[in-house]
Amino acid sequence: MSANVFRHRVLPAMAGLVFAVLLAGCERPPTTSIQNGFRGTGMEQVNNPRKDAILVAKNQAPAPADAASPDGPKARDVYQNVKVLGHLSVAEFTRHMTSITEWVAPQEGCAYCHNLQNLADDSKYTKVIARRMVEMTQHLNADWKNHVGATGVTCYTCHRGNPVPQQVWYAPPDRKYAENSVMGDLAGQNLASASVGGTSLPFDPFTPYLLEDKPIRVIGDKALKWTGNAANRTTTKQAEHTYALMVHMSNSLGVNCTFCHNTRNFQSWNEAPPQRMTAFHGIRMARDLNVAYLEPLTKSFPAERLGPKGDVAKVNCATCHQGINMPLLGAQMAKNHPELLAAFKEPAMPAGAAAEPVAGEAKPGGEAPAAQRVEAAPK
Amino acid sequence: MEYQNIFTTVQPVGPAGMGVPLPRGDWRRSGKPFFIHLLGRIGNAQIGPVYLGGLGVASLVFGTLAFNIIGFNMLASVDWNPLQLIRQLFWLALEPPPPAYGLSFPPLAQGGWWLIVGFLLTTSMILWWVRTYRRARQLGLGTHIAWAFAAAIWLYLVCGFFRPIMMGSWSEAVPFGIWPHLDWVSALSIRHGNLFYNPFHALSIVFLYGSVLLFAMHGATILAVSRYGGEREIEQIVDRGTASERAALFWRWTMGFNATMESIHRWAWWFAVLCPLVGGIGILLTGPVVDNWYLWSVKHHVVPMYPQVFPNTIDPALMGVKP
Repeated sequence: MSANVFRHRVLPAMAGLVFAVLLAGCERPPTTSIQNGFRGTGMEQVNNPRKDAILVAKNQAPAPADAASPDGPKARDVYQNVKVLGHLSVAEFTRHMTSITEWVAPQEGCAYCHNLQNLADDSKYTKVIARRMVEMTQHLNADWKNHVGATGVTCYTCHRGNPVPQQVWYAPPDRKYAENSVMGDLAGQNLASASVGGTSLPFDPFTPYLLEDKPIRVIGDKALKWTGNAANRTTTKQAEHTYALMVHMSNSLGVNCTFCHNTRNFQSWNEAPPQRMTAFHGIRMARDLNVAYLEPLTKSFPAERLGPKGDVAKVNCATCHQGINMPLLGAQMAKNHPELLAAFKEPAMPAGAAAEPVAGEAKPGGEAPAAQRVEAAPK
Repeated sequence: MEYQNIFTTVQPVGPAGMGVPLPRGDWRRSGKPFFIHLLGRIGNAQIGPVYLGGLGVASLVFGTLAFNIIGFNMLASVDWNPLQLIRQLFWLALEPPPPAYGLSFPPLAQGGWWLIVGFLLTTSMILWWVRTYRRARQLGLGTHIAWAFAAAIWLYLVCGFFRPIMMGSWSEAVPFGIWPHLDWVSALSIRHGNLFYNPFHALSIVFLYGSVLLFAMHGATILAVSRYGGEREIEQIVDRGTASERAALFWRWTMGFNATMESIHRWAWWFAVLCPLVGGIGILLTGPVVDNWYLWSVKHHVVPMYPQVFPNTIDPALMGVKP
């Protein structure tokens, strides 16, 4: 090869190749940025319109089923073993069953949950779970308005036509040779992990924050190091875990940090966008659902539905949001399904009459209704 | 035109230079020198001989041990799968022990290896530092290189040794890993209320970017006057030539002030050395002295306040919700 060929052909080609490889992981421009805070402070949302178009296409809500008449006999009087939705008319009840099939098991049909010989039979585990999930949805829509607002959720918000929602989490498996191993401690991080957006941050930010209630806040409220009770003793490793949870939230909602935080001062509330309040309650909502509804169902699931450590599938932000800050682009699905907006309470009756809420009756998994709320949400 | 190229186009090739004779007690230089043309385009074409010496060998032994322990821990962390080691190399790390162990020696599987590697790597670097000092002395040089290297070692020791001791926990130290050590930096910054409000961090960035700027200005200046022999800087220091005069004039014309052939290298050395030096001070204060740099800056009136554009939200924790 002559020096000229090397200089004019090979070198530029090599340089081009290196350049291409270095840029291979990047999204191509143009992107759009929307300012959401005071000018010049970097408070903005950066979006890729091409990725957004894909997300928009994937997050369309289905058309609601035609409304059913509330008149006529009640479901509980016509059918047997109707524990949660018995107050609906038969027409409404049938509409609900049709919708839930569309939302959760469109391929599998009624037989996914029901014994077709006896629809009242509870022998299929899926039926027991589904009933509890209806209760969960009612609880969520009624008691977590500070997160779901008036929009609410339906089964479809998470399920999207899948019997098991696609974005759920399990406790991560141990390394194959973790036992008795003196080398290779992961310390719960340092792998390329999808749960934290492909970063090497702690790959299970869910167990400590969305199941247990480990403190999420790591930043102190004093300028200088303090001693005694006022000292902020959170560690850098705790900060990594919080960071991991925040990356999960950012990823799940398709937003930047600045959607909820003023990033010059992450802890500040009065400098932060109001979305932070919604997100704050969202974290508690996910924890409530995991603790009060999903974990107690562990024994009701067959082994193949459980995670590598035998734990039940649990929710995180991605379960509903799926890349969009308002699930299903804010579609108002729930208002077409009033049966999901709250648990049915019998109208007040004279003393002596049974007035226990319906939700309290069905307790698959054996938990008491009192355990449904781990903490009071501010009304 | 020959000086317009980004590569060195003139390559005089002669017999390999073996360097000056060394005094008794020094090792012999090892390796038969040879020439690589391509390296000659960016530096000296002659490779070797190398002075290894006792310090060099000891440093390499400690360094290799540390490197291998890190590597095998990374390999073990992906279940001894070599493909995953390559794929996830930038993600893997040897992590310091969990906070519960404080400054005690943890089990090997929970950060013990990290402590061992820290010792080996530090020993290796300090041995290498002594080696740069001794070699400079043997050649009759000043010890500027050793002290510049010491500035980098200072920052390394602050992050991995001094600060963890002052915080009372090895868990505060930096993991040995590519992305993980960057995650550590971000987490440290978040935990302490945004490191950008740490004035020593700001100074460190000044010296970092300043070094880059100075390097570009100096490199460009000398390349620009190399057609007048400007690259023979030492001669130009002793006997100002037209290259030196033109370079000085250029800067005096464009910005009114010029560094001299001597002083520009002091500028460069101090900028480079001060970058890790003040950075290390900033990290050492982060935690042991200052807990929240943002609030520290508010206290000292260096945080600009902007108009409130969001509706007022009140921390739910103040309303009784567990944070």
